[in-house]
Amino acid sequence: MKALDPTQRETVNRIIAQHKDRPGPLLEVLHGVQDALGYVPADAVPLIADGLNLSRAEVHGVVTFYHHFRHAPPGRHVVQLCRAEACQSMGAEGLAAHAKKRLGVDFHQTTADGKFTLEPVFCLGNCACSPAAMIDGELYGRVTPERFDELVKEWEGRP
Amino acid sequence: MSVTIYVPRDASALSLGAESVAQALAREIEKRRLDATIVRNGSRGMFWLEPLVEVETGEGRIAYGPVKASDVPGLLDAGLLQGGAHALRLGPTEEIPYLRNQQRLTFARVGVIDPTSVASYVAHGGFQGLRNALSMTPEQIVQAVIDSGLRGRGGAAFPTGIKWKTVLEQKATQKYIACNADEGDSGTFSDRMLMEGDPLSLIEGMTIAGLAVGATQGYIYLRVEYPHAHRALKEAIAAAREARYLGRDILGSGRHFDIEVRLGAGAYVCGEETSMLESLEGRRGEVRVRPPLPAVKGLFGQPTVVNNVVTLGTVPTILHKGAKFYQDFGVGRSRGTLPIQLAGNIRRGGLVERAFGVTLRELLYDYGGGSATGRPIRAVQVGGPLGAYIPESQFDVKVDYEALAEIGALLGHGGIVAFDDTVNMARMARYAMEFCALESCGKCTPCRIGSTRGVEVIDRIIAGRERERNLRQLEKLCETMLHGSLCGLGGMTPYPVQSAMRHFPEDFRAPVK
Ligand SMILES: Cc1cc2nc3c(=O)[nH]c(=O)nc-3n(C[C@H](O)[C@H](O)[C@H](O)COP(=O)(O)O)c2cc1C
Ligand code: SF4
Ligand code: FES
Repeated sequence: MKALDPTQRETVNRIIAQHKDRPGPLLEVLHGVQDALGYVPADAVPLIADGLNLSRAEVHGVVTFYHHFRHAPPGRHVVQLCRAEACQSMGAEGLAAHAKKRLGVDFHQTTADGKFTLEPVFCLGNCACSPAAMIDGELYGRVTPERFDELVKEWEGRP
Repeated sequence: MSVTIYVPRDASALSLGAESVAQALAREIEKRRLDATIVRNGSRGMFWLEPLVEVETGEGRIAYGPVKASDVPGLLDAGLLQGGAHALRLGPTEEIPYLRNQQRLTFARVGVIDPTSVASYVAHGGFQGLRNALSMTPEQIVQAVIDSGLRGRGGAAFPTGIKWKTVLEQKATQKYIACNADEGDSGTFSDRMLMEGDPLSLIEGMTIAGLAVGATQGYIYLRVEYPHAHRALKEAIAAAREARYLGRDILGSGRHFDIEVRLGAGAYVCGEETSMLESLEGRRGEVRVRPPLPAVKGLFGQPTVVNNVVTLGTVPTILHKGAKFYQDFGVGRSRGTLPIQLAGNIRRGGLVERAFGVTLRELLYDYGGGSATGRPIRAVQVGGPLGAYIPESQFDVKVDYEALAEIGALLGHGGIVAFDDTVNMARMARYAMEFCALESCGKCTPCRIGSTRGVEVIDRIIAGRERERNLRQLEKLCETMLHGSLCGLGGMTPYPVQSAMRHFPEDFRAPVK
């Protein structure tokens, strides 16, 4: 695990300053950090704890409680596949198996070329168009294995 | 005069290509120098027809769908702007049977108006409820909500007006309205559709709740999986503030109310109201022991109304049209209408708002058109991951709180997920336990350990190891979870598991492959 570089430190401190006077700011700060850096670095925890007057254990406890917060940098694009019931009824399991094979990774892993991180998600509210997937916040419905391959091709080319 | 064309910006419509349709339309309109304006509306909730394009004509709105970007030049050639004939033409939108046979109260404006426009909202009856509420006493507002019979649409179905009354009676300098927009149940998307398609109705509902109980600050706890709803809410809040419907001195009344959106972080249990409050305060989403109720000691220790998006989004209708109008819909103790969501393996998935009392069979076949795969529907799960599985023999059950409870099921947030006959119910039971283990907040042992044990036991059953003993063990585990859990996650995970065992015993005794 690399220590935070000066710009990252600067970013974390700026986000803390932005939120620290609001009620119940910790989740807001963690969102801010992940949005800016792609994950919540372990080294950010003491900074956040000091900035918000919390214990490190408390901050760590919150970061680890929520599935959304990542502990390592993600690939260039984050692919989320829905695993919940409605999507299962339309073949989400088969799609997940296909996606893992196509990308050569398991859930929570990043492809060797650093382009994609594959993550499970439990419902995207697109349950009438199952199976559903989301890539960097863009939603897709009725994702067949063929459609998945098209999406990978399309997103591979994106910065 | 400029012709108005509607192309949804609803997340599901976008997931099927609505953005590229809108772009293609904009390009062609420009190229052909047509006098037309594109409005990005919500979805009408007929997802097999999305992207659904509508054109405002002399005979009302005419629908076309499902439209692909490549269809756009051909549609314009066929006279789209005049509602011209085309293979994708569906006729007047409101005459499509799926929509015509609904009673849309809460969803009256969704898919109809421009969700970002206060003027469009007001032109369709928006803020009438708030105007009425501003001339009423808090007690009168609360009484109207009690009289309407409205019960919470988030799952627990608690009478909304009674909850508000408790908060109104508390003495405190600060009270809060906390909107539960965590919508974690698989098979549900009504909160999302309302927030994207008519966010001002939620803002209006929260403001009325604030006037009713004496709260000046509202929070919307929105799941992070809903970035489109997030954008829609932020735009709507800004627009409402700008037009003085929100913020300080609402419409010159001297009353204040403001709203902030806070994002969740991918924890299902944070939809449970006390876990949500913990999360809003920036902590781990661990469920609180009740009492005290949130109505007495809620957010930041203050009296708090916690209500679901659809509950709050229904309040403006009640204050606008009156309690009697609303409570005239429905049956027994299930008053008003319910936005039902048809999801999963269903041909015509979408949103059906009807008065309580429609049967599951009508929903699945008359609206839903049977399964998407064309195979028989074998089971449906109603009410999300904690809801029971219902077999075909019980499809005549009425979709209301009491009728479902009678057959050991629950309505929850009104999501219906259909499965065809390829489903393996032992696997679905396993998934229910796995989900509980993954999402447990960890506070009680039956939930935290029991669910992990449940997965192991079901694995042994599926593998054919000591089946009878393990089936008995699973029953026992379920009983322990039912009775020894602090909240519904551990306490209701047995519903899908036990209903699967009860109605589909053959799947737990299938020959081992
Ligand atoms: C595990 C669990 C998850 C829940 N998830 C949600 C949810 O996502 N949205 C919601 O409105 N209510 C959810 N609820 C119900 C809430 O606890 C609460 O009853 C509701 O928000 C109250 O609002 P209402 O009266 O308007 O329904 C959940 C309950 C449990 C036990
Ligand atoms: S039942 Fe599960 S989720 Fe609910 S409080 Fe107990 S451990 Fe937490
Ligand atoms: S279950 Fe997959 S989007 Fe809802």
